[in-house]
Amino acid sequence: MTVEASLNSVLPRRSFLKTTLLASGAFLVGVAYRRELWAGGSADEADWSPNLYLRIDPDNTVFILSKNPECGQGVKTALPMIVAECLEVDWEQVRVDQAGLDDRLGRQAAAGSGSTPDAWNDLRVAGTGARVMLVAAAAEKWSVAPSECVAREGRVLCEAKGLSARYGDLLKLAAKQAAPNLEALSLVSKPKDFKLLGRRIAGVDNAKIHTGKALFGCDTRLEGMLYAVYVKCPSFGGRVNKANVEQVLEMPGVTHAFVVEGGADPTGLAPGVAIVAETWWEANAARRYLRVDWETAQSDSSYDYERQADALRKEAGETLREDGQVEEAFGMAERIVEGSYYYPFVSHAPMEPQNCTALYHDSGRIELWAPTQLPGSARDAVSRTLGLKNESIQIHMTRMGGGFGRRLVNEFAAEVAWIAREVRRPVQLQWTREDDMSHDFYRPAGWHDFKAGLDEGGRMVAWDHHFVTFGNEGRSVSGAGISRSHYPAGLVENFRLRQSMIPCHVPTGPWRSPGHSAFCWAFQSFFDDVCDASGRDPLEFRMELLSRSFGEPPLDLARTRATLKLAAEKAGWGRELGEKRGMGLAFHFDHGGFATHIAEVSVGSGGRYKVDRVVSAIDVGPVLNRSGAENQVEGCVVDALSTCSQLEIEFIAGTAKQSNFRDYPLLRIDQTPTIECHFIESDNPPSGLGEPPFAPVAPAIANALFAATGRRVREMPFVRAGFSI
Amino acid sequence: MSQITLNVNGASHAIDVPSDMPLLWALRDKLNLVGTKYSCGIGVCGACTVLIDGRPEHSCMTTAMSEQGAEITTIEGLDPDGKHPTQVAWDEVDVSQCGYCQGGQLLTAVSLLEGNPDPSDADIDMAMSGVLCRCGTYQRIRKAIKLAAKYGQEGVVS
Ligand code: FES
Ligand code: FES
Repeated sequence: MTVEASLNSVLPRRSFLKTTLLASGAFLVGVAYRRELWAGGSADEADWSPNLYLRIDPDNTVFILSKNPECGQGVKTALPMIVAECLEVDWEQVRVDQAGLDDRLGRQAAAGSGSTPDAWNDLRVAGTGARVMLVAAAAEKWSVAPSECVAREGRVLCEAKGLSARYGDLLKLAAKQAAPNLEALSLVSKPKDFKLLGRRIAGVDNAKIHTGKALFGCDTRLEGMLYAVYVKCPSFGGRVNKANVEQVLEMPGVTHAFVVEGGADPTGLAPGVAIVAETWWEANAARRYLRVDWETAQSDSSYDYERQADALRKEAGETLREDGQVEEAFGMAERIVEGSYYYPFVSHAPMEPQNCTALYHDSGRIELWAPTQLPGSARDAVSRTLGLKNESIQIHMTRMGGGFGRRLVNEFAAEVAWIAREVRRPVQLQWTREDDMSHDFYRPAGWHDFKAGLDEGGRMVAWDHHFVTFGNEGRSVSGAGISRSHYPAGLVENFRLRQSMIPCHVPTGPWRSPGHSAFCWAFQSFFDDVCDASGRDPLEFRMELLSRSFGEPPLDLARTRATLKLAAEKAGWGRELGEKRGMGLAFHFDHGGFATHIAEVSVGSGGRYKVDRVVSAIDVGPVLNRSGAENQVEGCVVDALSTCSQLEIEFIAGTAKQSNFRDYPLLRIDQTPTIECHFIESDNPPSGLGEPPFAPVAPAIANALFAATGRRVREMPFVRAGFSI
Repeated sequence: MSQITLNVNGASHAIDVPSDMPLLWALRDKLNLVGTKYSCGIGVCGACTVLIDGRPEHSCMTTAMSEQGAEITTIEGLDPDGKHPTQVAWDEVDVSQCGYCQGGQLLTAVSLLEGNPDPSDADIDMAMSGVLCRCGTYQRIRKAIKLAAKYGQEGVVS
């Protein structure tokens, strides 16, 4: 049965509730999408099929579908909690199933901290709608009014009459109820009303992880499966002139070795040589005998980038935004402060190197087991590579050993699809760590030159910022653009943003909290330059900066100030820490979340330092799973510290110089600070947490290093500036 | 190819392997014990850690052939029901994010606790510093090891 309701402003216009009773007696609830809105199709009822957000079985087990890819951000636990909260069931009754790529499910992605905001309405509708129908079913059974019944822990109760029934016993009747009018549903939204949400719930896959049974992409095992490596030109974009594949074929265990012509698009199938063997070790061992004559396409180098940046920094660049009278304001300023900052390229380096498994069926269909953050784009890559229609491509989504934005690009799916069609057996492509680090879509480097004009009270009255980034033909490359409304735009009356671009031929892309994860350090370090020049307290300066706007504010001022205030309170801002110790702070806003961190550092001899403590104050609206939320904050602090302190990718002759964790040393446990996080649980709709806590970590640490030593860190990684962790 | 016998998680397995095949790949591709993970392949990340006669070793750095006769424990063999005090503590503290490194973390922690039932933060940092976690779960690992130590001493579980 089906009821389609008109939609009020709270609900996404695309959704309507569908319920079905399955032959097994299970009750199925879905929030469907209007086809005409997302696929240009018809809204014909016959087109609809259940999308299975939620199923209740007669034994009272509740199955909740997790539609988004899981890469460690905890969506597979946190989002089903929303359904369980609204359905009023015991978490112990709940089982979570992982979806594959399915167009009926709408957005499926681990990207941009977007899963939570996307799902918040749909999942509440699915849970609440089902609960209302179960209550109506019980009321009918007992001949009482629904208002006399309540739902609690997987049962409906009529306290006045002392009646009680399990959901599992009400399914048939529930399916006969009219689906509720979506407008009339009252959806829980405030933290004070939550029962399950906001609690600490352990990850649903923990038991599997702790016993080695959690299956990641590379753990896929199919009957008769072969293993492959795919060798691409070390210098990006290079093509194969000649390769000794006949000799490689002679190597033990090798079943296939062939050249793939490929194309110029690095997000698709690039040119290379495939080696396939009975075990991965044999495929990779045979690689040592492979000789390829590459035709290289470019020779970008970090040295050249730097020289070009030096030249561009002297020029005016293109003005992206100008407010007020910038030159006049500088002319009248009491004091002018300048500061420059540089950060390098970095790699994503998820713990699980890229891999993908495929089975090409003789019928012309292909199945893939893909650790991907964006399954739709994996399908596109395969479709472009093999010329197959979407219907012929099935994507199973596996757990991922980290993502950080790397698996938004799915060239590994294109590679394995091509290999699978050649070999006609199930095949797993596994990149080496070196492949992964040398064929990434890197976070681009950047140079920032800031100038601020202050009045006699030390207030910022003029701002000029020249950003030197990377771009081709007038467009910044992926991950290298800056928003014209990045603060302090709108907070300083006379404001100018200028940009220059260096041509770039190495692949770049989104890297955790794209842009922000790098910019924030530059901006928030320069704010402390300004404080230093004017003798102002960094907290007081920021509070004042965030007290008014000129035109549209670039971020919610009150919410941002609240995170500063809370962090300062919890960290004891202004405490005397003693010799060679210092405290630094920074705020940021991105992906819907507000964060302030305060770091405490101790500096020893030779610039060796330790980050003792990081205190975080975060506003992402209501916290859904407290354990998962804190884990994301802790993870962001570690990742950001790792990146700002020790990591960089350099290029020589078009090739990445760093290749493995020896020269790309991720942070270790003994370098990890104590991390304390505090949430402001505002009533705003929830936003994701995979990214917002990242950006302000590095500047809080750099500002603390300055407080401890009087030395300002102007380049990343900090080890370049003589500070080693 | 050589025929060898490996003793893994209390069972013995006869397999054919190339003589230079690291134990890691024999476990993963020959025995389908995929709980042991590949990440760096050069002995610096600890994702491939297994216990060899009780000691944590990088399975990417030793050949399968040279481990004949040794008692090998992989994460699948720790306690398949997840009731080992360390596994219980890991669940309670909810350590994992992606989970990819956690098999190596758990086995390294188990071996630490066997030699040192009441480790300090410094002991933990020292013993665990060879196992990288890209997701940054280190603070929770410290906490979970202390909880596991407590459970181990109280004999609460297993
Ligand atoms: S894979 Fe063996 S130490 Fe990294
Ligand atoms: S939990 Fe992801 S690498 Fe450790």
